[in-house]
Amino acid sequence: MCHGTDGNSAGIIPSLAGRPAKELAETVKLFREGEKPATIMGQIAKGYTDAQIDAIAAYFSDQRPAAK
Amino acid sequence: MPREYSRRDFLTLMSAGATAAVAGCALGPTARGRVVVVGGGFAGATISKYLRMWSRGGLEVFMVEREENFVSCPLSNLVLAGSRSIEQNTFGYGRLQERHGVKVIHAEAVAIDTQKRVVKLQSKPGDLVYDRVVIAPGIDFMYDQIAGLDNPEAQRRIPAAWKAGEETVILRRQLEEMPDGGVFVFSIPTVPYRCPPGPYERVCQVAEYFKRAKPRSKIVVLDANPRITSKGKLFQAAWDNLYKGLIDYQPNQEAKDVDLRTMTVKTDFDSIKGDVLNVVPPQKAGAIAYAAGVVTANKRWCEVNWLTAESTVVPKVHVLGDATQSAPGMPKSGSMANQQAKLAAAAIVALMSERPVSQTPMINNTCYSYVSATEAMHVTSIHHWDPARKTLLPIIGAGGVSPASSALEKKYADGWAINIWNDTLG
Repeated sequence: MCHGTDGNSAGIIPSLAGRPAKELAETVKLFREGEKPATIMGQIAKGYTDAQIDAIAAYFSDQRPAAK
Repeated sequence: MPREYSRRDFLTLMSAGATAAVAGCALGPTARGRVVVVGGGFAGATISKYLRMWSRGGLEVFMVEREENFVSCPLSNLVLAGSRSIEQNTFGYGRLQERHGVKVIHAEAVAIDTQKRVVKLQSKPGDLVYDRVVIAPGIDFMYDQIAGLDNPEAQRRIPAAWKAGEETVILRRQLEEMPDGGVFVFSIPTVPYRCPPGPYERVCQVAEYFKRAKPRSKIVVLDANPRITSKGKLFQAAWDNLYKGLIDYQPNQEAKDVDLRTMTVKTDFDSIKGDVLNVVPPQKAGAIAYAAGVVTANKRWCEVNWLTAESTVVPKVHVLGDATQSAPGMPKSGSMANQQAKLAAAAIVALMSERPVSQTPMINNTCYSYVSATEAMHVTSIHHWDPARKTLLPIIGAGGVSPASSALEKKYADGWAINIWNDTLG
């Protein structure tokens, strides 16, 4: 939704499609722990376990980035 | 141009399953059959697209929508301030058809025979047989709850502008024509209503316009609720800091009557006169939900099983979006409708390919409010299935609101809008 269908974003919000799963998961976990500043992602990340974050990261990593 | 469908698409007697499209390239069992979606708002458009995507083209999907275009409620308050045009909020349904193979039919669904599994359309040949139907009609206004507003002339002169479109433009024109020093009276119904923070964002946007163009004018807010429903401290801060002296906020003031001749809104206690009146009536599920017999809560909303969004009373009928009886802590919002649609799309694809439905769904809500032309703020929540209470509940300790409105969040709000529109419409 916020990051676009299958993680392909059209505006200022970053695209997630095709990015390394490890990097995506680590970033979200840093948001969750408050170690990386965020407006909204820290609040959202608090709703998810490590396993759930890893699964979501793997999904977006598998998606093909859209041609810009 | 919308495509026309042949008589073959409207077989009343033949089983819908027999007309299903050729299966896609799924490795597992392929979902087959026909789903008819009634309504092309955030919920209906999203589920139409995702049913096609997640069944890899296996499901045949019809979407019935009476309007030619989608007009977004999110960002429509900016039209009232004059910083956006209604055209910028208006989108076609072409991509659902071209990119995703959704069969879009512009017609009004007038009845649903849930025994024969048929959606009856007005002014189109034949009826649409379904294996499952999704009803996403949005809201209707309960004009009968406000005496004096129960006629077309009053509704034109005192628009709700709570479904973005023509009424939004009418209200904008009224505000433009209002003299400096005039009074804008805005009435908010009791919860639940569509978009909890929306009314308070509207107050900000009209105040922004007045401050810029008509600084001697006033806004009187008649809120039927005891306090600001959503992001209360943040809206109060915006009103105090940005629009001091412009806004007269009156809680516990429910509109009961309007008088066109004197341009007055009446509550139990007072009569409030204005130059421009904007009365948002109480709301209920759209008419087709009543016709299908799925309105169960308080004669207003549709209760569903939140694992599938299937009606609790009529099998194979799913209901989404603002028409549903919301689970605890769940707002009636475009964001929530988009997320409910994905939950239901996954469940319907599973049911129609004889695979198990997920017992651990999670969805989230993210709403931005624009407090001025340059600043916005958010509210977000994450909802998961609670097996003991058998409903979706917000996760305690997650979600929240902005610490304050900001220019950065205005940029994210713009980005949110672009992506949710694209995600919903193709």
